[in-house]
Amino acid sequence: MAEEALTRVADTFGPRFGVKKGYQFLRRWPVIPVAIIALLVISAVFAPLLSPHDPLKNALRDRNDEPIWMAESSGKYILGADFMGRDVLSRIIHGARISLMVAAVAISTGLLVGTTLGLVAGYYGGYVDEIIMRLMDINAAIPFLLLALIVVIVFGQSLTTLMAVLALSNWGGPARLVRGQTLQLKTLDYVALARTSGASDFRILVKHILPGVQSIVVVTATLQVGSVILTESILSFLGAGIPPPTPAWGSMVSDGRDYLGSAWWVAFFPGIAILLTVLAFNFIGDWLRDRWDPRLRQL
Amino acid sequence: MLRFAGRRFIFMIFSVIGATVIVFSLSRLAGDPRNLYLGVGTTTKEQYDAWGKKFGLDKPVIVQYFIWLSKAIRLDFGESLLTGYPAFTRIRTHIPATLQLATGAWIFALMVGVPLGIFSAVKRGTIWDLAGRTFALLGQALPPFWLGIMLILLFSVNLGWLPTSQRGGLDHYILPSITLGWIAAAGILRLVRSSMLEVLDSEYVKFARAKGVSNWTVITKHALKNAAIPPLTFSALLLAAFLTGTVITETVFAWPGLGRLVVIAINNNDFPVMTGAVLVITVMYVSVVFLLDMTYAFIDPRIRYR
Repeated sequence: MAEEALTRVADTFGPRFGVKKGYQFLRRWPVIPVAIIALLVISAVFAPLLSPHDPLKNALRDRNDEPIWMAESSGKYILGADFMGRDVLSRIIHGARISLMVAAVAISTGLLVGTTLGLVAGYYGGYVDEIIMRLMDINAAIPFLLLALIVVIVFGQSLTTLMAVLALSNWGGPARLVRGQTLQLKTLDYVALARTSGASDFRILVKHILPGVQSIVVVTATLQVGSVILTESILSFLGAGIPPPTPAWGSMVSDGRDYLGSAWWVAFFPGIAILLTVLAFNFIGDWLRDRWDPRLRQL
Repeated sequence: MLRFAGRRFIFMIFSVIGATVIVFSLSRLAGDPRNLYLGVGTTTKEQYDAWGKKFGLDKPVIVQYFIWLSKAIRLDFGESLLTGYPAFTRIRTHIPATLQLATGAWIFALMVGVPLGIFSAVKRGTIWDLAGRTFALLGQALPPFWLGIMLILLFSVNLGWLPTSQRGGLDHYILPSITLGWIAAAGILRLVRSSMLEVLDSEYVKFARAKGVSNWTVITKHALKNAAIPPLTFSALLLAAFLTGTVITETVFAWPGLGRLVVIAINNNDFPVMTGAVLVITVMYVSVVFLLDMTYAFIDPRIRYR
């Protein structure tokens, strides 16, 4: 593995500087991804305090002002300004709010629906199972992006629509996994015992089966964060996300697209924000999966 | 096998019908297309009604759906509200551009994913492996639209080597193919790598090595042939995945394909084109998945009895 190569490098140069120890620590604990996510959460929560400028305020005199290190920069904007003279950095910081909030709501809604359907389908079987499975088939057959675009046109661009659409794309995966696990769990003796001692179906599902699917649910949830943030940015880019002028990373990239020749930073930095965020969440997801539930490897 | 195939086939039809019901009813929820296309005040009541009759908008939605469905089976999707041409013709003429783009992306994905995957498995633990795995990670996390824009920024705006958009000569295919194929390349890389690692660890490879077969021959003749099955099946599924991914790529590069046609139709509530195109895309997607299911079931009989 690549780790071995790096450990070897660390062995050669390491002892004096403690590089090896430091590297092993970084291998064991996802320090960098956690740091990125912490930074993200802090920016989202304290956005108004942290951002140097008002993310919505136009300053047409400063249109496409260069980032601070470039020759013709006015020095006012660290990462430059966009075509309306709005500060790119402040918009990225405020954009973190949208991304995190949308991801949190969409994933929890999707999980709630998916887990419930998966439990019910797996536990009751028969017609109920058949109907739920066919719903999953339909859900998997519709090209999601197109459906999302249509839904947004129909119900109008808003935060609620965006969250609903993303939740809609997110229940199928957990439902399938939870159903599979429930099918196994319900054949176990302790479930039969609970039933003979007179526990109701509801009680068995909540008290005895739900704890057994817990790790699957948590791991899939973390693995989904990255992809939901990515999908949100795609929808924002296509103009189906949060209505402007609220800053969202995807729509910022889209804004910058028309000024690539003169102001590359407008499209560049929001993309970096998306990339780092998704990478960080994917890392944490993989790490959690390997620690808690290596059976889910194939996910 | 036949029973399994029949069952899956019925489910497939079922999913397609379910998809069209959802899309059709959503398109009607968006409001009467007449309000969008006929100017208020400039049209008389007679014109309004005549238009409604022409496009079947005067009947209840359920009836409208069945009329639409019975025509759609005969590939008659009605006429585009936006252009007046038959919707099916519009869709058909946009398919080649999308298929060409998908092929380009497929070639890119295989050309990058397979060698890098083999390399990072064979040279496991070296800097090559690290490079391969970094590429795989980036594939999952890079926003495709941003990748496309950055490629334009680098190769078109700054270096001036390649065209920024639209269809044309071979050079027009390079950037869109990379953008669309990037995620797929990363997926293939991961699969080739893990399947190569598994095979390289097997008894018959060890035996070949013990016999004194050269490293190159072991890799190409013994390992690669056996490791190729999972990535090959995956690459078939890719073609299906490209059909949705193409919406983003075609938007970034102004590519005159199916994805862009649908986006324009959706934005204008041009429901004949919209529902028709969604139907076509869904059918193509579901068919690829169906064929793949059948291949798996054929290879591995246990699947049939699940």
